[in-house]
Amino acid sequence: MGLTDFIRQLLAAVWRRPAGRVGLSTLGIVLIAALAAPPFLPDPAAQPDIVEQASLPPGAGHPFGTDQLSRDILARVAWGGRISLAVAGLAVVLSATIGAGVGLVAGYLGGLVDTALMRLVDAALAIPRLFILLLLLVVWERIPLPALILILGTTGWFGTSRLVRGEVLRLRHEPFVTGAEALGARRTRVMFRHLFPNTLGPLLVAATLGVGEVILLEAGLSFLGLGIQPPTPSWGGMILDAKPVLITAPWTGLFPGLAIVVTVLAVNLVGDALAGAVNPRES
Amino acid sequence: MASGTGVVHPVTRWLLRRAAQAGVTLVVVTVLLFFLMRLAPGDPLGQLGDERQYTQAQLAVLRHLYHTDQPLLRQLASWAMALLHGDLGSSFSEHRPVTALIAERLPATLQLGGTVLLVNFTLGLWLGAVQAVRRGGWIDRWLTTLSLAGFAMPSFWLGLMLAWLVGVKWRLLPPGGIANPLLGPDTPWWILATDRLAHLILPAATLVIVSIAITMRYQRRAMLEVLPLPYIVAARAKGLPESVVRRHHAWRNALFPVLTLVGLWLPILVTGSVFVEAVFAWPGLGSLAAEAIGRRDYPLLMGTGMLVSAMVIGGGLLTDVAYALLDPRVRWA
Amino acid sequence: MSRVLEVENLRVTFPGVNGSRFAAVDGVSFALSRGETLALVGESGCGKSLTSLSLLRLVPEPGRIEPESRIRLGETDVLSLRGEALRDIRGRRIGMIFQDPMTSLDPVFRVGDQIAEGIRAHFPVSKREARDRSVALLREVGIPDPVARAQSYPHQLSGGMRQRVMIAIALAAEPEILIADEPTTALDVTVQAQILEVLDQLRSQRGMAVLLITHDLGIVAGRADRVAVMYAGEIVEEAPTARLFAQPSHPYTQGLFASIPRLSGPIERLNPIPGTVPPAAAWPSGCRFRPRCPYAFEPCVRDPALLPAGPDHRARCWLIESEK
Repeated sequence: MGLTDFIRQLLAAVWRRPAGRVGLSTLGIVLIAALAAPPFLPDPAAQPDIVEQASLPPGAGHPFGTDQLSRDILARVAWGGRISLAVAGLAVVLSATIGAGVGLVAGYLGGLVDTALMRLVDAALAIPRLFILLLLLVVWERIPLPALILILGTTGWFGTSRLVRGEVLRLRHEPFVTGAEALGARRTRVMFRHLFPNTLGPLLVAATLGVGEVILLEAGLSFLGLGIQPPTPSWGGMILDAKPVLITAPWTGLFPGLAIVVTVLAVNLVGDALAGAVNPRES
Repeated sequence: MASGTGVVHPVTRWLLRRAAQAGVTLVVVTVLLFFLMRLAPGDPLGQLGDERQYTQAQLAVLRHLYHTDQPLLRQLASWAMALLHGDLGSSFSEHRPVTALIAERLPATLQLGGTVLLVNFTLGLWLGAVQAVRRGGWIDRWLTTLSLAGFAMPSFWLGLMLAWLVGVKWRLLPPGGIANPLLGPDTPWWILATDRLAHLILPAATLVIVSIAITMRYQRRAMLEVLPLPYIVAARAKGLPESVVRRHHAWRNALFPVLTLVGLWLPILVTGSVFVEAVFAWPGLGSLAAEAIGRRDYPLLMGTGMLVSAMVIGGGLLTDVAYALLDPRVRWA
Repeated sequence: MSRVLEVENLRVTFPGVNGSRFAAVDGVSFALSRGETLALVGESGCGKSLTSLSLLRLVPEPGRIEPESRIRLGETDVLSLRGEALRDIRGRRIGMIFQDPMTSLDPVFRVGDQIAEGIRAHFPVSKREARDRSVALLREVGIPDPVARAQSYPHQLSGGMRQRVMIAIALAAEPEILIADEPTTALDVTVQAQILEVLDQLRSQRGMAVLLITHDLGIVAGRADRVAVMYAGEIVEEAPTARLFAQPSHPYTQGLFASIPRLSGPIERLNPIPGTVPPAAAWPSGCRFRPRCPYAFEPCVRDPALLPAGPDHRARCWLIESEK
């Protein structure tokens, strides 16, 4: 079946589950807010710096209040959402691509290639991802956004490759594969035309859950000053900014955090529902 | 029928092979970490030199000390040799061996991590079992939602919110630190203990909230796999009370997949503790790493990364050993 | 002849598509008298295992025993029991031997402990006493060196020994009725005979009534007093064993006998019953055997009741009436 049909079927399966419905609709709202709202909201990079507008609690005109630099928090949350979601999305696409590629090659070719690749993956998985990121990022003065996305993407494929490899191993001796081989298909063709589409289900689940993971990681990195650089707004960066004024103006830290929680929760609910759809458990 | 009669018990042989595998992984980790350091752009020593305004001569001495003026492979060799001697390098910022710094800070992290593990493997396992037994009911769904909500929270944000709310606004618990510095040495032990406990609660609670979903999910799945199995039905047919069936038979068998979770826990704890310790000023390895970031202290980060990876690999190996010891099918194959 | 077990109109339903429910066991009735062995014979999918599980109220979710069913154990109404009272009959009044001893024994506990557990669930004895009794039971079921064997784990025993352990567990609380669900299916032929011998011995020694569930007509001869044949959730024929073997009256039973390969005599082609067993969610309308029956005729569009076919012999077939 075509790719669009497959995606449509998956989305329908997710929608059928109540948790999936909640996740998908919340995610939809978040995406719309992040994409559509910013042009309508005050530009957060411009600091009006009108002192009497600084650190206002949520109220009329500023639904989320303002921060200590008089910037509207709702606007910053929306803008930050745009950036954080874009970063997470792109990074995950990169990870999924690399992971799928490595998994396919390792699983299908087997032998020395497989052993070497999997030893590498094992070692990489032993190092907590945060540490890998810290080591790579700590030496930059200011991390350019593309570099951040690249680094996030190239450090997140290890688990996915194992997953895809597992699927490939499972399907390797199935008739549709041996049939293609018997017809003289080249190995690359077998891998990408025949095996890959069958790994799409688990791959999509892993990718979806990966988005949540990256959002949290990026927020953490921004909180440590190693992620998205100011003045570009990011959720993690906003929480960092909120630290010194948390006691007097807790809303400055509360709302960006809530945004993260809502988004990641929604993503995870969708991922869960997808997992249920891809692996139907016996009832 | 009974245990192996060969020269070496097959289980021992398998364990040795696993240990060898772990060793190989450790070696690869070493090489990986080394190249990570070299891969990153920028020149840590140069930056340090700029910050501290070293002269060129001083920088040259520094480079020689840290071997950065030698060819890459030589550097890798010295790094590896040093590791074998238990030397994790010297911190840039404190001019002390990394191992000494780690030794100082490790106990605090172990305290925090140990508490988190304890709560996870008691509360988490229990809640997961409850979910499995009442599968599909409102308790199951609510527990899933709540735990997933916790999982979605950034640990540093939750820590800040809890520290502010409970520590500052309500003044119920101390918002940071590991102990009250004002308590003198002649304070009775139980006041000291209570104080320590009070300081432990918020950081531990933060880590537990963001991680308990994992344990609960694992346990729920493991129990759900076991509960419909024939030997569970057979146990009921004997006339055993349901609680015994669950606790004695189901739980014990569900333990095995959950055991693999122990090995997985270390990376989670480590990542979480970097943020939580920073937020709560908890003097452990996590805040050490956070400080190292601030000071761009490469050797410190490397050394900590090496240690943590070794712990993760060791944890995985320990899990396999535990499996071999606990599962009679493996032990008396 | 006192009746120890009476089952009337047992219906077990499962949810099907679109919220409706279908009956995997559809109106089964039978009775068991003290010391009697009743064989419940049928192919897989006919509902015989579910019937036996119903007697202990162990039907797995989302299955449900419908309220019009009646299960009476002596004076007790099994379907109205709750909690403690229900536990009391499990093991103590009805013992059950499950089909596959490998999966029905808990792999992480020693077999001796698993037997002792069944004893202590019903008798207030000490651990030591229970252990001693377990060893005695192991000896009774014919396991050599029972003291040592009691310390074994299930995976360390052979299939035949595991099945003997299962029998020991079933007998642990000294029940009056024994349900043996395919006790020999998972075993080699030679071991099968041994296990059946053990069951026979124990039954006569203890005076138990036995419900023997099997798909193998071969083990029924000489061992069961009466036979009930099940098909598609219903009992289609029941009679004393000798009579059933001499004069099977339902076409399905006849088909079963005809399809047994003979080891002696001229070599013939096998005579399987044509077609396949219908799935429980889609029983055929009318007589459920009609699609496969060589004698199907007009009245078969209505599902027959159990009609008398001889002394103590009934069959669910219109042919019986037309023969008169």
